Amino acid sequence: MKRLGSPIELTKEKELKEVMEEKGVDELLGKAKEYKKEIEIRGKIGRDLIEEISKSKKEPRWMLNLRLRALELFEKLPMPNWVEGIESIDVEEFYQYVRPEAQPVEDWNQLPDWFKEYYKKLGLPEAEAYALSGITTVFDSENLVTKVKEELKSKKVIFTSMDEAVQRYPEIVKQYFSRIFPMGDYKLAALHYALWSGGAFVYIPRNTSVINPVEAYFIIGSELEGQFEHTLIVAEDNAKGETSYLHFIEGCAAPVLKRFSFHNGMVEIYAGRNSQIYFTTLQNWGKSIINFNNKRAIANENAHVEWVEGSIGSKMTYTYPATILKGRGSTTRNISVGISNGPYIKDVGAKAIHVAPDTKSIIISKSISSGGGLATYRGLVKVLKGAKRSFSHVSCDSLILDEKSRAYTLPRNEVDEPTATVSHEASVDKLSEDQLFYMSSRGINEGEAKALIVNGFIREVLKKLPLETVSILTKVIDLEFSEVGGVG
Amino acid sequence: MALEVLNFSVSIGEKEILRDVTFRLERGETAILMGPNGGGKTTLSFAIMGHPKYNVSGRILLDGEDISELPTHERALKGLGLAFQNPVEIPGLRLSSLLNAISIKKRTGELDMSKIDPKVIVWAGRKLGEVGLDRSFLEREVNIGFSGGEKKRSEIVQLMVMDPKYLILDEPDSGLDVDGIRIIGNIVNDLKANGKGILIITHHAEITKFVKPDKVMIMLNGSIAEEGGVELIEKVESKGYKGYER
Repeated sequence: MKRLGSPIELTKEKELKEVMEEKGVDELLGKAKEYKKEIEIRGKIGRDLIEEISKSKKEPRWMLNLRLRALELFEKLPMPNWVEGIESIDVEEFYQYVRPEAQPVEDWNQLPDWFKEYYKKLGLPEAEAYALSGITTVFDSENLVTKVKEELKSKKVIFTSMDEAVQRYPEIVKQYFSRIFPMGDYKLAALHYALWSGGAFVYIPRNTSVINPVEAYFIIGSELEGQFEHTLIVAEDNAKGETSYLHFIEGCAAPVLKRFSFHNGMVEIYAGRNSQIYFTTLQNWGKSIINFNNKRAIANENAHVEWVEGSIGSKMTYTYPATILKGRGSTTRNISVGISNGPYIKDVGAKAIHVAPDTKSIIISKSISSGGGLATYRGLVKVLKGAKRSFSHVSCDSLILDEKSRAYTLPRNEVDEPTATVSHEASVDKLSEDQLFYMSSRGINEGEAKALIVNGFIREVLKKLPLETVSILTKVIDLEFSEVGGVG
Repeated sequence: MALEVLNFSVSIGEKEILRDVTFRLERGETAILMGPNGGGKTTLSFAIMGHPKYNVSGRILLDGEDISELPTHERALKGLGLAFQNPVEIPGLRLSSLLNAISIKKRTGELDMSKIDPKVIVWAGRKLGEVGLDRSFLEREVNIGFSGGEKKRSEIVQLMVMDPKYLILDEPDSGLDVDGIRIIGNIVNDLKANGKGILIITHHAEITKFVKPDKVMIMLNGSIAEEGGVELIEKVESKGYKGYER
């Protein structure tokens, strides 16, 4: 048990299993609990609303100005029309800011009971104790628990909530915040910057490797709520021959909600020279969450950025982690495993922008759709002129488990450099009645057969993932199909 | 104790494939079901196993228990095993994972994907050797790139892990050379000695060179035309199935 850094794995297995078998992954946290809210803001998204949020946070003027610039862009930009399902989202229907009545603390025990219970169910206190070098949790719009352990302190790594970073490290934040993922990128990015609240900030000094992962965990506690958390990771440029290393894990969950809530989070990574940043997302939102997860990294000379996305939950998820390979010899790998089990949408993918020579990107996508699910891979590989000898390989495999479900692969390559090597492969497998009969003749029921086949399908990918990620993914898939998915 | 198939009729849509088939397979008995291609032999094996695509009337009793309404996987867990004539390919799934799953499901009644039983894998590796397959097949994806004969051998090993009370072997002798058929034949004789009931479906009876059946049934046009002893094999071999035509 102790080697596992996974919140879900650490949950008492029996309890988890009972919940899953009866109700499904989204009910991990059970019914939504009533809790007091100190501030709730909902209304027309305009100047007044944004000033109110900024004021309640006692923010410096420069951050308010940044929000207002974002608001202008939000008002100008069109609603994206490139994805299915998006037309049903009305961003003004949601509370744009919710502050629960609880003080940020460093100790789980100081939390009010109802929060404590959530975190216990997710196994976060154990995960923190055994496997992490730091954790921060965001509940609704604000960070609740932030714990910085000895490893981070002694190595002078800054790990704090994003809001606190604005107050305490304004110079660093000004230099990087919104500089990696521009607010004008598309309408919902602008909305994010106008309304952002909560999140994690990590600053890694040069030549510093953080051995144990850090984790950020996001919970949305109520329906009709918007969460706009922001994560910023900055790794300083390293000296020649030196390196730095960080593994950041983000997880998320929501209790059962009657109506929808909206997550529009963002991750920005600045990977300085020779740094290695691993970013793992275990997306296990409840089935009431509409999830946008905007992620972008800049990789400097010889830096390596790795995105891993296990996309299991949510009603709809749209995420396309991107790496801009800006420095010579920088590399990126992007591995995503998406499961749409039920009438849900996963629109996930990857982007790699090759700017400098000798850069390399590897993109591996595995999607599974079942029970009427839609899984789409949407990707972009762009090689700019002058990015000599760049190399990119994309492989996308889809597995469709029944007639009701769909999978699409939409890769795009734009190559302006003749010396670059860019390749792409794709496959689609469909589970057949004959395969199911074959397995069931061996005593394996339909749900178990699906779980086995899904596990086989993603086995090659799992080999490439950090250990703590693999065990959670395997477990979640097992549960997703063994009992719940069997009837779908 | 026996596997009993009683007044079994099977159709797909409007098309009737089997009509009023009745037979009995005792434990410790080897029966041969012969007949020309298209006569309904494979349909019989699928329907006994409970393939959902068929409309079935009649009953199946396993040691006296009516299993006619049970889904396929429950029939398997009760002790019914089928070696397929043309087993499907399963991309991504390793043979070792399948064997592990079969064993865990059989023993515990539920499948926990994170459990791996190394003993089963070692044991299965040895069984692969006994049927003439290299151990490396454990790491191969199920049936992918297997030759016809390799598939037959792999089917037998899967059934050995399942350890059913009654085995239906659909054309276990096709695609195998004489040495392969001898290996399978010897295994059948061992299983029989261990009290298993074995139904072998075949259309040219190669395997009867190594297995002496207790009973022979001839199936034509969806019905059992004749039931008897080994003399029926000689009859078919000398005259073909013409003698049964109406």
